[in-house]
Amino acid sequence: MEDSWEVAGRRFSSRLIVGTGRYKSLEETAASIEASGAEIVTVAVRRVNIADPNAPMLQDFVPPTKYTYLPNTAGCHTAKDAVRTLRLAREAGGWNLVKLEVLGPPPFLYPDMAGTFEAAAALLADNFEVMVYCADDPVAAKRLEEMGCVAIMPLGGPIGSGLGVANPYMIRAIKQQAKVPVLVDAGIGTASDAAFAMELGCDAVLLNSALAHAQDPVLMATAMKHAVIAGRAAFLAGRMPRNYEANPSSPTSGLIGR
Amino acid sequence: MRMPIAITLNGERREVRAASVAELLAEIGLDTRKVAVELNEEIVPRSTYAAQGLTSGDQLEIVHFIGGG
Repeated sequence: MEDSWEVAGRRFSSRLIVGTGRYKSLEETAASIEASGAEIVTVAVRRVNIADPNAPMLQDFVPPTKYTYLPNTAGCHTAKDAVRTLRLAREAGGWNLVKLEVLGPPPFLYPDMAGTFEAAAALLADNFEVMVYCADDPVAAKRLEEMGCVAIMPLGGPIGSGLGVANPYMIRAIKQQAKVPVLVDAGIGTASDAAFAMELGCDAVLLNSALAHAQDPVLMATAMKHAVIAGRAAFLAGRMPRNYEANPSSPTSGLIGR
Repeated sequence: MRMPIAITLNGERREVRAASVAELLAEIGLDTRKVAVELNEEIVPRSTYAAQGLTSGDQLEIVHFIGGG
């Protein structure tokens, strides 16, 4: 059975979206993304280094012809900055599908939902297709969906924390009520976290630091690829009920010496 | 080319001789296909780089995609 998912009319078979930041080199970035099997990659928008116009660029290593670029608003703490950033991204890339994040202050960088709603409204009015990073709040998530966001992306844990999915009950609740894809974004630390997010029924997982900060990013990318596939299959298969008493798998009759 | 004018480019004051956005990108040596330009907080569409003039005091942002999560 072909298991794929769709966001904003685009169909993907990989349920793993990876970031392109924090790697040691552009070569390592490219190798890790290749190993992850991801079809969508998030990218940041930053000032060019005027002093070094010939510096190697991300596009030369992670070609937008091969991967769907999902520009983000990482580092934006106001709706205005986020909207400006994505308008520039649309001009640079020529596409409307974006990842919106409006962040609160350090040390948690928790989603600033007031700013997120304000930016989402402006972007949707300007014909963007908005995948939105948000709090694990089912009411906020539903409202973003009703506004027209094309995917809801609650955090599993703080950005770059590797703490895993801190609030699985609310992630599950958000997924159960949603009519658009739900992705766990941020917090994933290792393969079991990604599998767990998928077992909750999420449509996909978005991660970056879990690969970039692994001792061996390329090997972790392979692990994440398999974890997402395994978690998705386990969700579709339907897990056995939890029992609080043992129930042996081997027959209890025919035992020797009786 | 003309007399230099002072603009703010990516947050830094700079004297340039370019009369248009297209000339400025050429002066810096940037590949226009890989960047986006904002002039005084308004997007400059790529198709208008040649027509978009520069005036003293203009605030420009030139950005591109880099690695990010």
